Amino acid sequence: MSRAAAPYGPNPWQQRHWDARAAANFVCGGMGSGLIVAAALAGAFGPALAAPMGVGVALIALGLASVFAELGRPLRAANVVINPRTSWMSREALAAPLLIACALAAAAGYASLAYIAAALALVFVYCQGRMVQASRGIPAWRDPWVPVLFVASGLAEGFGLWHAVAAFTGARAAWLAAALGVLLVVRIVLYRGYRRQLGKALHRDAAAALDRSGRILLWAGTLVPLALLASAAVLPGAPWLAAAAGLLAAATGAGFKATLVLRAGHTQGFALPHLPVRGVAS
Amino acid sequence: MTRWAMIADLRRCVGCQTCTASCRHANATPPGVQWRRVLDMEVGEYPDVKRAFVPVGCQHCEDPPCMDVCPTTATKQRADGIVTIDYDLCIGCAYCSVACPYQARYKTLRATFAYATPMASETTRQDDATLAVATKCTFCVDRIDAGVAAGRTPGVDPEATPACVNACISQALAFGDLDDPQSNVSTLLRENRHFRMHEELGTGPGFYYLWDRA
Repeated sequence: MSRAAAPYGPNPWQQRHWDARAAANFVCGGMGSGLIVAAALAGAFGPALAAPMGVGVALIALGLASVFAELGRPLRAANVVINPRTSWMSREALAAPLLIACALAAAAGYASLAYIAAALALVFVYCQGRMVQASRGIPAWRDPWVPVLFVASGLAEGFGLWHAVAAFTGARAAWLAAALGVLLVVRIVLYRGYRRQLGKALHRDAAAALDRSGRILLWAGTLVPLALLASAAVLPGAPWLAAAAGLLAAATGAGFKATLVLRAGHTQGFALPHLPVRGVAS
Repeated sequence: MTRWAMIADLRRCVGCQTCTASCRHANATPPGVQWRRVLDMEVGEYPDVKRAFVPVGCQHCEDPPCMDVCPTTATKQRADGIVTIDYDLCIGCAYCSVACPYQARYKTLRATFAYATPMASETTRQDDATLAVATKCTFCVDRIDAGVAAGRTPGVDPEATPACVNACISQALAFGDLDDPQSNVSTLLRENRHFRMHEELGTGPGFYYLWDRA
């Protein structure tokens, strides 16, 4: 069968319903949510709180704008909130304005709202993970590990980005560097559990894409950042080390999610448990 | 109660695609959109090769994943099991498309025609409401409803039966009420061994495949 005809055949193929615009929502939404959580937990005030909160809101807004651009009927976008009873997309859409409002208020000086923003950010990124998991047509997405992996990755990306932002604002929170290290380990452990759970059930192209992304997540997203964080701990005068670790954590998490949507999103395909029995005398 | 269901007898289907053509004619779907399509599946290696033609499309599941994920409630399920889409509510997010394990849903962003210039029939039947939203097989719900209202029996009387079933040259496709033990589909399921696609996913498809005698 020719490659061009493959989408109509029985074998799984990479889904084409959600493209880079949808992937950007998961990348930016997770990263922004994690950043808002980190900003709230850092306990900073003034610009050291406003800057990461602002960047977090900007990322979430960018992700939502990106997925808005993918809607077939954008003028009806408000309909997205109609079904919170069963749809994680509706729940995500309902959480977003509350999250953005609280984060902006915290950035504007209402620092106590930072914790509410952090809680909403966790809700938001969890909704994103459940959204992907509810896609029962895509074997790599519907795995029960996906939501917790999305939350862990979003937190790791956000905590990483906080260190990059902190390099400019001068904020310091040594325990956040330790938290980032723990999150990186948790993320890779969850990833490996997820990948083990999927086993060989995936289409070979999807498995290859995920494994490639997993290797990057291990080396560039875990081991190198951990080494950088350890170096930063013994060289407190070099905040760029933690910033570099954070940027690597964020970039590799983004790469994993983009791979999941754009390279490992193979469909279920079709399979017959029985072949027709023909030519039997009646 | 009524539960409409479709049956494809894999022993009878010859892969002629007449059902596909009749569906496109009945529902005026654009090029590339096949609510009823027939897969040509080849299994094994030469010389031990078997081939099967497998009609697929929306399975009108008992527990449709597309309905649960739909953020707008555009996708609904009727009491008779038919899964419908409200084109005026749908925002075209395609969430239902990735949730469907049967790849049954389409989204066409702009009007497309068979040739550069639309034919008169295409111009007449072009419905802008179906652009940029999710579309799929409806089991020809309008024909069913009109037929039932006129006292006809879907699956028996052609005017109340989905177009693909009417068109099937080998009577591989059948349609009827699963809840009626005397219906054609209930009889076929009783007399033949059958399965449903991806049963392990728990969607409860309303589309059965016959593969051998009981």
